Amino acid sequence: MAAEENATGATLNIHPMDQFQVYSLFGDGPVHWYTPTNVTLWLFIAIVAIVLLMVIATRGRNVVPSRGQSVAELIYSFVRGMIVDITGEAGLKYFPYIMTLFLLILFTNVLGLLPYSFTVTSHIAVTGVLAMAVFMAVTLLGFVLNGTKFLKIFWISEAPLVLRPILAMIEIISYFVRPVSHSVRLAGNMMAGHAVIKVFAGFAAMLAATTPLGVGLVAPIVAIMAMYGLELLVVVIQAYVFTILTCVYLKDALHPGH
Amino acid sequence: MASETTAEGGGVGLPQLDFSTFPNQIFWLVLSLVVVYIIVSKVILPRIGGVLEERHSVISDYISQAADFKKQAEEAEADYEAALAQARAEALAIAVETKAEIQIELNKAVAKADAEIAAKTAESEKAIAVVRESAVENVREVALATTAEIVAALMPSVSDDAAVNKAVTARMKG
Repeated sequence: MAAEENATGATLNIHPMDQFQVYSLFGDGPVHWYTPTNVTLWLFIAIVAIVLLMVIATRGRNVVPSRGQSVAELIYSFVRGMIVDITGEAGLKYFPYIMTLFLLILFTNVLGLLPYSFTVTSHIAVTGVLAMAVFMAVTLLGFVLNGTKFLKIFWISEAPLVLRPILAMIEIISYFVRPVSHSVRLAGNMMAGHAVIKVFAGFAAMLAATTPLGVGLVAPIVAIMAMYGLELLVVVIQAYVFTILTCVYLKDALHPGH
Repeated sequence: MASETTAEGGGVGLPQLDFSTFPNQIFWLVLSLVVVYIIVSKVILPRIGGVLEERHSVISDYISQAADFKKQAEEAEADYEAALAQARAEALAIAVETKAEIQIELNKAVAKADAEIAAKTAESEKAIAVVRESAVENVREVALATTAEIVAALMPSVSDDAAVNKAVTARMKG
């Protein structure tokens, strides 16, 4: 990056999207489906972090928890409470998968905030698979558990009869838009915030070179700090939002009667 | 990060829309999901769930133990109150009994004293009666002797001891 900037002089030369590049870890070869890439690396780091917090920190199984164990328990109780609140006790059957989703999204999101890191969840391919998995699982589950009664979620029985076909159309469309909004929300949030930080970083580099003593650096750096604080909030909230929406969709499958 | 703009689209397009990397991302994502799912369902959830349950049972144990202790303390207090009340009642009974005993002793002592006084009085009366008797006897003897002397002096001819005696006795009776 620095080399590129030197080559083009101190002009505005920002590549905010370069951070999202998927590349092979070993050599410059093409990216096959099995090639170990930076996606692999950061998913691996996320798994290591999950194991550190949720397995290593809880190995004492203390009745009076250590600090790490407290955090792990907090996450456990948080996700469990979310499932019970939204879907009721019936949803606890799917606790492992929802916990998996939450942990993986939370950790890849947060790790993506490290400088020079790669944010796996900023890619629509990743969030799309996650959202489609939830969508298909919920749809299948809805039909398996409720049979054709599952279709009742499109037929609003409280509405006046004339309106019901129209509402059903809207409901069906919104149902099929779910995986799109579900995935784009997460990937978009991750991408936008990181790109903005990168743009500010580009400004900082430019102003450092063009202003006397580089004092122009201060404003973009303050902006980066502010953005970073906001992003910390956003990455956690987006992990939460993705998980809670999963619960909400699951509720439709478990209790289609609204 | 350091990669040059070698990706398709001449580096202008979004890396997110570079479909050539999709299989790679999806493969590693699915693999990671499976790994995390196994860790979560085999280790994390059972372990933390177990710990939370254990803590819950330990805490409820402590709470019930505390309730037991409280109950014991209340029982002990009740026992103490009962013992105190009993002791008080006993003390009262002892006091009453002692009072009665003292009363009996007192009555006995009074009766004894009364009896002694009565005996002494009777004795004294007897002694007084003896003294009085002897005094009366003395008076009679003196009166007899005096009368006999007087009669002998005035009228020696009619001196008769028996008559004098009779007269004096009659007079003294009066």
